[in-house]
Amino acid sequence: MSVVTTSRARFRDRNLEPLWDKVRAGERLSREDGLAMFASDDLHGLGRMADHVKRARHGDHVFFVLNRYVNPTNVCVLSCAFCDFARKPGEAGAFENSIEDVLEMIKPGTREAHIVGGHHPDWPFEYFERMIAAIHAARPETQIKAFTAAEVDYWWRRWKIEPREALTRLKEAGLHSMPGGGAEIFSKRLAKQLKYAGKADADRWLEIHGIAHGLGIHTNATMLYGHVETLEERVDHLLRLREQQDRSGGFLTFIPLAYQVGTTRLVPRQTPPTDDLRTIAISRLLLDNFPHVEAYWVMIGEETASLALHFGASDVNGTLEDEKIAHMAQAESPAGLAREQILRMIRDAGKVPVERDALYNVVKVWS
Amino acid sequence: MELSPLDELRAKVEGGKRLERPDGRWLLTEAPLLELGALAQDARFRRIPGRRVTFVIDSNPNYTNVCITDCQFCAFYRKPGDPEAWTLTVEQVLEKIEFAAGKGATTVLLQGGHNPALPLDYYLDIVRESRRRFPQVTPHFFTASEIQTMAQVSGLSMPEVLKRLREAGQDTLPGGGAEVLSERVRRRIEPKKGGPRAWLDVHREAHRQGFKSTATMMYGHVEQPDDIVDHWEAIRELQDEHRGFTAFVPWSFKPGNTLLEKWIRAYKGPSTYLRMLAASRLYLDNFDHIQASWFSEGKRAGQVALSWGADDFGGTLFEENVHAAADYVNKTTVDEIITLIRDAGYTPVQRTTEYEILREY
Repeated sequence: MSVVTTSRARFRDRNLEPLWDKVRAGERLSREDGLAMFASDDLHGLGRMADHVKRARHGDHVFFVLNRYVNPTNVCVLSCAFCDFARKPGEAGAFENSIEDVLEMIKPGTREAHIVGGHHPDWPFEYFERMIAAIHAARPETQIKAFTAAEVDYWWRRWKIEPREALTRLKEAGLHSMPGGGAEIFSKRLAKQLKYAGKADADRWLEIHGIAHGLGIHTNATMLYGHVETLEERVDHLLRLREQQDRSGGFLTFIPLAYQVGTTRLVPRQTPPTDDLRTIAISRLLLDNFPHVEAYWVMIGEETASLALHFGASDVNGTLEDEKIAHMAQAESPAGLAREQILRMIRDAGKVPVERDALYNVVKVWS
Repeated sequence: MELSPLDELRAKVEGGKRLERPDGRWLLTEAPLLELGALAQDARFRRIPGRRVTFVIDSNPNYTNVCITDCQFCAFYRKPGDPEAWTLTVEQVLEKIEFAAGKGATTVLLQGGHNPALPLDYYLDIVRESRRRFPQVTPHFFTASEIQTMAQVSGLSMPEVLKRLREAGQDTLPGGGAEVLSERVRRRIEPKKGGPRAWLDVHREAHRQGFKSTATMMYGHVEQPDDIVDHWEAIRELQDEHRGFTAFVPWSFKPGNTLLEKWIRAYKGPSTYLRMLAASRLYLDNFDHIQASWFSEGKRAGQVALSWGADDFGGTLFEENVHAAADYVNKTTVDEIITLIRDAGYTPVQRTTEYEILREY
């Protein structure tokens, strides 16, 4: 197969040819290259370049994890214009889970617990610290991936707990890694327009991830796309992540998040699968220092996620029992998948499923 | 310099050379999916230039679920006398066509089980009355095996049945019932429907009489790559004779509620589908149109398929009961079809049953 993928370059879009030379030589792509890729309609060509990079890193392997999503609360002081999940305190549909409730949700044998929630104005940092300690005590086999940089920043805003202190204490309590949410799209223009200016901005979000990396906490990164952002804003977002990774090196996975229209309706409908595929491919190509790019099936659907495995994605997230954030925005995918479905999604693409833990240690290669 | 298999295949395709069996097997088993997609899309643009993607406003009602053929892949049929068996009267069928016409349909794809209790006049009446009352609707009725059933119940020859249907006003036949045109596969999943010839003979005779028809394929059950190549060979050869096929329409088997369900080992998902479409576009060098099915493969996979060699997005399918019997339901509207095509980067164009352009959006 390697003979075929490296056979003489044929791109419908000739503008991709100099980029292909760079990719094969392992040279870093520039901002202009990023824009040229988003301007290209050569979906196959973008996919081929991204697949080349993905194969060089991971061969035919595609990773997944048996995981559980836990949302302690959806109570949130913010009013982000793209969010269907948040509720104000006391509002219909608001929920607040006790530590016992949270423990109840994490079944024995869960490999990874992914825990994110709203910015709850009354819950002190110590509550979250106790939550992590309780999970770790009750489920020592479960790796805890918890709290976005936005939540960590909120503890500073609300309780004046420095991120370094918060993360140090959480790590002590049993935190293994951090999810990549809350990045949205790094843009002052959109933060204002979409009312997320009250949240950690790009500098702060990246700073907190840098602190986490310095403490030995691996993290992920995301980008919310497919709403009213420009393609330049996508490229700039990716490049800021790449710079941060050069500095601190602790990112494991980049997860592009396709905006779910739900009831917030920033655009009339979800971005098409061809946009998901090129965004995944271009992310793989620009983020040359990220180990993984993920096809998050909850947002883009099982079919597109499966196809994305030809476009540079090397991870499909996991079984995700009880995911709520996308589903409160009416995401069409089922709320959880059995391992069998994850396996067939990977195998139909001709790839080898590799079950992993939260830190990408291999649990089992499913041949 | 030694050429890679991909370069060899590209040279063949671009040189206008016909692909052969080993090429077909390679396309189905080894060709890299993205390069294959690019080749198929080039082939599509050579045959159908421009970024137009056609669709048809149609409906797929059924006149009976009574069937004596017991195909293992079918969740729709009931045996005669079964409490869930039903057969519509001619008037009831016409009501369904009226419903479709009222929603703007220009094609009604009518098919049903093999019900030995129905006389030939039943079918001829439906065609005649449909033409008379709804001249704007093309009666795209009755698959090959239904035509064979009509011949058996009437004692007429199959060509004679086709002749009478044509006199009654029918000009096109749907391509269903082909499944995979290979002796081995058909013996396994539909032993009472006959080998590939049972389907091919009807289409050959229909083309000879001036009918147009489509060729379909249902894959993802017991077939091997060689069976798919058999299928392509058979329809490509027939297309050389009369150019009577308008399009090729592959779809994946839906195992829900069927006898075949427990035998299915490997699920065939979107990557297999894209491969099938693109490989078909390259192998079937005498077919103008390759149809992407938003219906059977999902809307988003259908959109991606437009970049893998397909140039048609199928129909609106206002009514559909056969997949629904296998617990597979998918619905759309004309507006949604237009949006899906546009979002995938193409220009939506409404067509007739015979692929004449009606309206560009």
